[in-house]
Amino acid sequence: MAISNRSPTGPQIFAALATFVLLAGCAAAPPATPAPTAPPATKPAVSAAPTPTSIVAGPNEMILSTTTSTNDTGLLAALLPDFEAKNGIKVKVVAVGTGAALKLGEDGNADVVLVHARAQEDAFVAAGFGINRRDVMYNDFILVGPAEDPAKVAGLTSVADALKKIAAAGAPFISRGDKSGTNTKELELWKAAGIEAAGPWYNAIGQGMGQTLTFANERGGYTLTDRGTWLAQASKLKFLKVLVGGDSIAQNKDKALLNPYGVIQVNPARYPSVKAKYAEAFSAWITSLETQEKIAAFGQSQYGQPLFYADSEAWRKAHP
Amino acid sequence: MDDLLKGLLGALRLLVSADPQVWGIIGTSLRVSLTALGLGALLGIPAGAWLGLRVKRPRWALALLYTAMGVPPVVLGLLVYVFISRSGILGSLGLPFIPRLFTVEAMIVAQALRALPLVTTLTMSAVMGVDAGLKQQVLALGATRLQLAAVVLREARTGVVVALVGGFAALISEVGAVMLVGGNVAGQTRVLTTAIVLETGQGNFDRALALGFVLLTLAFVGNLLLTRLQAVSAHG
Repeated sequence: MAISNRSPTGPQIFAALATFVLLAGCAAAPPATPAPTAPPATKPAVSAAPTPTSIVAGPNEMILSTTTSTNDTGLLAALLPDFEAKNGIKVKVVAVGTGAALKLGEDGNADVVLVHARAQEDAFVAAGFGINRRDVMYNDFILVGPAEDPAKVAGLTSVADALKKIAAAGAPFISRGDKSGTNTKELELWKAAGIEAAGPWYNAIGQGMGQTLTFANERGGYTLTDRGTWLAQASKLKFLKVLVGGDSIAQNKDKALLNPYGVIQVNPARYPSVKAKYAEAFSAWITSLETQEKIAAFGQSQYGQPLFYADSEAWRKAHP
Repeated sequence: MDDLLKGLLGALRLLVSADPQVWGIIGTSLRVSLTALGLGALLGIPAGAWLGLRVKRPRWALALLYTAMGVPPVVLGLLVYVFISRSGILGSLGLPFIPRLFTVEAMIVAQALRALPLVTTLTMSAVMGVDAGLKQQVLALGATRLQLAAVVLREARTGVVVALVGGFAALISEVGAVMLVGGNVAGQTRVLTTAIVLETGQGNFDRALALGFVLLTLAFVGNLLLTRLQAVSAHG
């Protein structure tokens, strides 16, 4: 019997293609399922993450879309039971990036949003997607970097000066590069420092805060992080330390690093399905003095300092 | 449907406009996949030929091979990660030839480890499929084992090409491992798959789809080239 492979026969080509399809299938990414939402008339400055379409709130439920920081720090888990007990409402928390959180509100998929990106929040309200923005609290950002500190920024009080020195030294800077609230803040800070953040030293990795800190730890790079995530992960980041922003919010000398959170009710005039009453109750509750006291105390026992500083109107009146 | 159409148009526009970012991503994808495939083939083809030619294949080798084939790429990536991390077993030694985490070299290592069992197994199957009579004939003519391997591999070249095509397709479409060890750094370690994940996550479906079409086209062209190569080699 002769071995017939003079030229690739039909079956052979088929086998090659079939193998390809099979192997490619095995390794392929999870399928991207675009949300079937039409683009909104007015797009916010920053594009959002895919909208989860499966969230449905029952009769006594409401949906809060928020940033990962409020959820990952455990703040909501500590606060929400009180609200749920008082109002007999179950709160479904969807924790995503700021852009995505606003997008949920924009599409009428959430009843209330709790985020931190002032410019985007104002655009959201101005476009008629939300009503009644209220200050809730703030935390702050800090600049962390390698302990050996090649750019010599430790102890600087101005983050702009620190960024200038990092750029001048060409020291690796790790950016989240994911259009999150933190990323937006970082880009504002570069702009304010008058530096174009680009070049081989600037690593935009398109990932979350945790991965970005791990990356900086691994590569001996600098990065901007919110203090809450830093405190929660610092024990695993042995090559990094806080270089600008101090050990607590009270020590943070640079106002540019403060990070205010706001609560916005989704506009019921735009989406009648929005649970306006619940949203109003939530907004009033989280800004009430009683809840604010809890926010101010949160994290004290675990980290020896609060993770968020209460900042609602009621709180400011009580603590002038 | 609207997204899909926009994605297709976007893909054409991206390719025609020679967007430097996109071409950079395509370049990195190709560099990583082809280098890893080359390394995998360098070791995998001889290993596959050796295994395929043996009358009694060692069970431990087969078990190892099939296990390696079954390891999900993301676990492979995780293993490479913990080995070469700064606090990892190899990374902490500071050896010059160990790639650092979040570099193209680290991605190549993970991908080569993925390619190796694939190429080995498929080569082995192809070699096993060669007519036993031919082997005896060649040996009877006084060929060394090495010459035998060369003759048999020549006969089994269709299967070897299938192994390479399959390997390439598997590597270029891999996400988990390259995300873990490459870190998806813009302009450095960002490849088509990780860029698709990022663009989807940010709601840029048109860009994500465009990159997806680029990926498909690339795999198709690769396939076409290799089948063409196969046809030429079969005639020559």
